[in-house]
Amino acid sequence: MAEIEVRNVQKRFGEFVAVHDSSFTIRSGEFFVMLGPSGCGKTTTLRMIAGLELPTSGQILFDGEDVTFLRASRRDIAFMFQLFALYPHMKVFDNIAFPLKCHGVSRRERRRRVEETAALLRIEHFLHRRVSELAGGDRQRVALGRAIVREPRAFLMDEPLGALDTEMRELMCGELRTLHDRLHATTLYVTHDQMEAMSMADRIIVMNHGVIEQIGAPQEIYDRPRTMFVADFIGSPSMSFLRFEGAVRTGQSSVAVGEAVVEVPELRESRAHGALALGVRPEHVRFSDASALRGRVYGTEYLGTTQIVTVETDHGPIRARMSARQRVAPGENVGIECRPGHLVVFDAHDGRALDSGLFRRGADG
Amino acid sequence: MKAETGAAATPATGGKAVAHSVAESSPGLRWLAGLVVVVYALVTMIPLVWILLTGFKTPQDSISYPPKVVFEPSLEGYVNLFTNRSRQTPEYMASLPPPETWYDKLVRSRNMVITGPSRFKDRYVNSVIIGFGSTFLAVFLGTLTAYAFSRFRVPLQDDLLFFILSTRMMPPIAVAIPIFLMFRELGLSDTHLGMILLYTAVNMSLSVWLLKGFMDEIPREYEEAAMVDGYTRLQAFFKVVLPQATTGIAATAIFCLIFAWNEYAFALLLTSGNAQTAPPFIPIIIGEGGLDWPAVAAGTTLFLLPVLIFTVMLRSHLLRGITFGAVRK
Repeated sequence: MAEIEVRNVQKRFGEFVAVHDSSFTIRSGEFFVMLGPSGCGKTTTLRMIAGLELPTSGQILFDGEDVTFLRASRRDIAFMFQLFALYPHMKVFDNIAFPLKCHGVSRRERRRRVEETAALLRIEHFLHRRVSELAGGDRQRVALGRAIVREPRAFLMDEPLGALDTEMRELMCGELRTLHDRLHATTLYVTHDQMEAMSMADRIIVMNHGVIEQIGAPQEIYDRPRTMFVADFIGSPSMSFLRFEGAVRTGQSSVAVGEAVVEVPELRESRAHGALALGVRPEHVRFSDASALRGRVYGTEYLGTTQIVTVETDHGPIRARMSARQRVAPGENVGIECRPGHLVVFDAHDGRALDSGLFRRGADG
Repeated sequence: MKAETGAAATPATGGKAVAHSVAESSPGLRWLAGLVVVVYALVTMIPLVWILLTGFKTPQDSISYPPKVVFEPSLEGYVNLFTNRSRQTPEYMASLPPPETWYDKLVRSRNMVITGPSRFKDRYVNSVIIGFGSTFLAVFLGTLTAYAFSRFRVPLQDDLLFFILSTRMMPPIAVAIPIFLMFRELGLSDTHLGMILLYTAVNMSLSVWLLKGFMDEIPREYEEAAMVDGYTRLQAFFKVVLPQATTGIAATAIFCLIFAWNEYAFALLLTSGNAQTAPPFIPIIIGEGGLDWPAVAAGTTLFLLPVLIFTVMLRSHLLRGITFGAVRK
């Protein structure tokens, strides 16, 4: 299994810059997810790693070996496409055996490995069926079989579950993760679905407009977003932002949002007077009559055991997650209190999080 | 020829489509739709049936008025098509030994003897060589060209495609004189190679445009998967793209063959002895006292067969959507 390093890679299509100067390393045996909205450059990056596109500049290294200009077939990787790309003119068996055939593996050895793979994925019973007779989830298993049969240096997956329905997707998420835990193969997985990313990844890279926003473990990205984009993209519902004007100094452990003073993790950065935003996750908000931060209930979204209540404040809407039992009436005037340990202060101009005790805690462990 | 393919396709595809679209409506309407299709098919078939029948008539029956629908079949037309004959005096005929074969006998009953085989067989073989040769070449080159246009960033792609299409913006015969002069200078006049090149050139625009549509339909993921799995692009093209494109290739081959097989004007102009194809030859089969209609009809019947067989052979490819359901969009 290989360690994959992307070093200062940039990709242009004419005038359009798909991927800006990007560098990151995928550790050997890691389940690494590239997450971002469509058009953010994640698929282009994946295709460059696969050798299906050439970077405009920069290098790609597998275990320290420069493979930037190596042909896809020489990189010894497996690629799973969103549309499966199973060959419709072949049977399931031949589809799975195809990569082995490409590499000149003997007929007997091919049969053995295909059967082994089929057993692992529990698809032995339809090895001799036609691909077109299979349902979506089974096709995905066949595509997975074609990827793992060869024991390549890395698996690259481009939204492999995107074409499946929700139920199947959740099932396959679990299976993919289980399979990864068994094979310990370096896996690079591209998706725009944060739930997939959060549930499977060892580490996530969040991209937007061809720029890397943040790299980290799912928990770290959720709890300590480095940019407003990440905070907004991750979480369902996402982080709310209370926008306010003000100046902050290093060592300060509260900010003034209008009239109200909100306690935050100790800031390690100063900012002259300007537009700021206070990021708060819905689960860290509760109602408190004593609070000076007030708003009017706009509406609620019922989710079974919990509900999401949206409150309009002078600083923008804020969402609160609370027990579904709590009675909330639209139009009601409420006070809002935020749990101090989890708040992030952002510079609203460039969207960057101000360094604070929150991140220090993360760095320490 | 065009009417023939139309008629062959009508009962199978046309009928099914009509039945499908009126499936929800009343049975009476469905019957009416079926009736219209059957009548239409019969009307388009009449000229063909007439040619088929005429081939088996005697010259007298073929020109009788009112036309004979019921007649005693004869192979005279086919014998005349394949032989050259000469009329002899009754004395000479009487001096001959008894006829050895049935066709000898048939010809002698008209006071004639067979002097040798006619040139029909050579013309027919020429048609096969030139028709299938140019079809193969046009489809082969068209497939590669279409793939390149579909997958690579070709400089001036749109202009080149327009240029290729523009070769069909006037009837090919409009450039007959320049081509005639070119062929004479290059020594291509009346050669198989010349005719194959000419028909290939005329068919290229059709072939490239049709196949590009089919190539665009094949997801790139197929060959990318094959390339990641260890094939070069050329291997991926042959192992993965070509099998997916069979439907398009079959359709294109049929269209190219129909053009090359039926082409009359260039064949008349550019060939004479060596490379003449069947179309300019058949209408000039002269018999005793004018055109030998049964021989002409026999030649036409035989001429129709290869395209008919070729189309029927490839029809399964045309109708089978082999990529159906394998890739979800």
